[in-house]
Amino acid sequence: MSPVATTHARSVAFRANWPARLAWLGLAAYVIYATSILDVTWERFQVGLEQGARFISRMFPPDVAPDKLRLMMRGLYESLEIAIIASALGIALSLPIGLLAARNLMPAWVSWPVRLFIALCRSFHQVIVAIIFVKAVGFGALAGILALTVGSIGFVAKLFAEAIEEISLKQVEAIRSTGASFLNVVAYGVLPQVLTRFVGFATYQVDSNLRNSTMVGIVGAGGIGGTMFAAFQKFDYDYLLTILLAIIAMIMLSEILQNAVKRLFR
Amino acid sequence: MSATLDREWKRFTSAQRLGRFALYFGIVAACVVSLRTVEIIPEFLYDAPEQVADLLKRMWPIEWSYYPDGVHDAMVETLHIASLGTILAVFMAVPLGILAANNIVPNAAINYLAKLMLVSSRSVNSLVWALLFVAIFGPGPLAGTMAIAFRSIGFVGKLFGEALEEARPGPVEALAAAGAPWPSIFLKAYWPQVVPAFWGITLFRWDINVRESAVLGLVGAGGIGMAIDSAMNLFQWERVALMLVAIFTIVVLAELAVTAIRRRII
Amino acid sequence: MAESQQPAAPALEVRNLSKEYRRGVPVLRNVSLTVGDTSITAVIGPSGTGKSTLIRCINRLVEPTSGHVIFRGIDVTRLGRRELRETRRRIGMVFQEYNLVERLTVMENVLSGRLGYVSVGKAWLRRYPRADIDAAFELLETVGLADYANSRADALSGGQRQRVGIARAVMQQPQLMLADEPTSSLDPKTSVEIMELLVSLAQTRRIPVVVNIHNVPLARRFATHIVGMTGGQIVYDGAPADLADDDLREIYGGEDWLE
Repeated sequence: MSPVATTHARSVAFRANWPARLAWLGLAAYVIYATSILDVTWERFQVGLEQGARFISRMFPPDVAPDKLRLMMRGLYESLEIAIIASALGIALSLPIGLLAARNLMPAWVSWPVRLFIALCRSFHQVIVAIIFVKAVGFGALAGILALTVGSIGFVAKLFAEAIEEISLKQVEAIRSTGASFLNVVAYGVLPQVLTRFVGFATYQVDSNLRNSTMVGIVGAGGIGGTMFAAFQKFDYDYLLTILLAIIAMIMLSEILQNAVKRLFR
Repeated sequence: MSATLDREWKRFTSAQRLGRFALYFGIVAACVVSLRTVEIIPEFLYDAPEQVADLLKRMWPIEWSYYPDGVHDAMVETLHIASLGTILAVFMAVPLGILAANNIVPNAAINYLAKLMLVSSRSVNSLVWALLFVAIFGPGPLAGTMAIAFRSIGFVGKLFGEALEEARPGPVEALAAAGAPWPSIFLKAYWPQVVPAFWGITLFRWDINVRESAVLGLVGAGGIGMAIDSAMNLFQWERVALMLVAIFTIVVLAELAVTAIRRRII
Repeated sequence: MAESQQPAAPALEVRNLSKEYRRGVPVLRNVSLTVGDTSITAVIGPSGTGKSTLIRCINRLVEPTSGHVIFRGIDVTRLGRRELRETRRRIGMVFQEYNLVERLTVMENVLSGRLGYVSVGKAWLRRYPRADIDAAFELLETVGLADYANSRADALSGGQRQRVGIARAVMQQPQLMLADEPTSSLDPKTSVEIMELLVSLAQTRRIPVVVNIHNVPLARRFATHIVGMTGGQIVYDGAPADLADDDLREIYGGEDWLE
């Protein structure tokens, strides 16, 4: 290489990444634009902070009157029930539904409608589904259970179907070549490969249902959400804090349990 | 040689087997107990299909003409809430994620504190956060944005912290051996390793947030949720149907956008 | 025990270095050695005998339990955090697993050797001094990777990655080079090439090298000073020419592997 050529080659150590830079600039511009549109002014923010301080001071100390605690425990317990039943039902249904949606196992006229069904189950926020079920089956735990079941199917069946589509078909062929019935092919060829992942999805969904069960009550679908919303509307902020802390504690407990279970199953 | 034939092959130790059995038993027991104690009125259950059919009938035909006036602005506002909220969350979640990573900050107390904050953020539902922020900032999109932000911190922070903990220590050691100061080590050894995970997590959360932002309006935190709330209270089901379709469309579009961006960046 | 051959002022002196990862299980026992200004010191010995620990104690990637490391008159074991960083800048290190940042380009990896000298802000904006960039290009040519400056590190073969690792270490303009089994992940031919590169760079720039190596013929071929360790202690310290089969037997134990 001639010295002239090398000097030119030496001058650029890093190529400027223009697409990336433009993207960052665009992002910054967007933030400024969106903030102005949403009417997020500094004064509003400051007023908000003052309000926030007042709000938080009204929340402390948390209300621990025995009758209120009992009401809260009943609400929490109902949320737990909703979560458990919805998870069991949702997971149990997701197993066959996911299988039916797998494109490598099922003919198109079966898999596509099922996939559409799963997509529908996923599209709407659990709260909206809860509202619809409240209108359909009335206030109470049943609406919550149905709403969370639908949500569970939307999540677990979708991921389960994707996991099935990723398996190696050679094992399935091997089982099929022995002349096994379809159910046996599924049981011995497909399931062993995807069962661990299914368990992973299921545990994630149980956790998700537990969190969501605490809030479907806000729209009347049972559980602690109702108690919480009532406290909020009555300006019972110290009681609200108790409920929030209880919910956080319950979820942390469930996470600890989950980690223990994961270690057990490794 | 004969000694090996005598040894039994057990997949799990006795303690593990006991643990697994206890788990299965626990799950079944939980389901049974829940089913027996949950308050479901059977008549409502039998009534349900009829009620749902009635509701769907009332939603048809969809009032498309309402879109420009009543729906479009609200949808755009929903998108802004989701995007700004995600951006705000990322700014707060990255430092928390770093503090929670035990390979970067080897102080167990700090790790624990950071993880505690992240868990609390996740345990409170975005709807509940919205309630809190409506009380602080008043109704409107500011409350919604803050709610989305605070809910997302836990999600992004936890996954980002875990990605950091999985970073290979080799390059870090090399830069430390070269005498680089800690911020440079973070920028040049940790950050490049977690960049794909970072964008994946952020895009994933944005996608979820689009869905969540749509319902925050039900408690007054801005976006299409407020329009849905008023329409439902006035029993204008055709308009509600229109809004649900709008939400569905935007969720699908968001997922497509995320898939496209992921392919380009990662 | 033969005396070290180098009469010049020692670049590195290790005095009574000991390391216990667990109480009562010493990995290094009272190790002392001297490294001359222009020597290539090879540390040999069986696996697990503390060679890697010794190397890492020199720049305190591993904290010694007791003893001293004197690098050009400075007691490394006594330094505070900032001074330690400033001292580490002057010690280059090459690793068995190359330890490159895979997603960054070769050029960025080489320049990261200067991170001890460049401010955080400049490093983030990639505004390295002109002199550094020129030096980096020159080094890349010297190690034969001039065409790869903008390739991602993970697109390179093992031997090429180690060249980048060596370039990165030399970018620091170090006064001492440490190498922890730099050839153990490479095939025999590439191992020789890497050792040749390392030794030639060190000798041209007059940098002493302490290299941890388990391939005895390789050590014999390239080193000017051999240190044999076994059981956490030094049992041989002298010239490669004086390394006899008896010494090797003492270091490695057993006869089967000797031809």
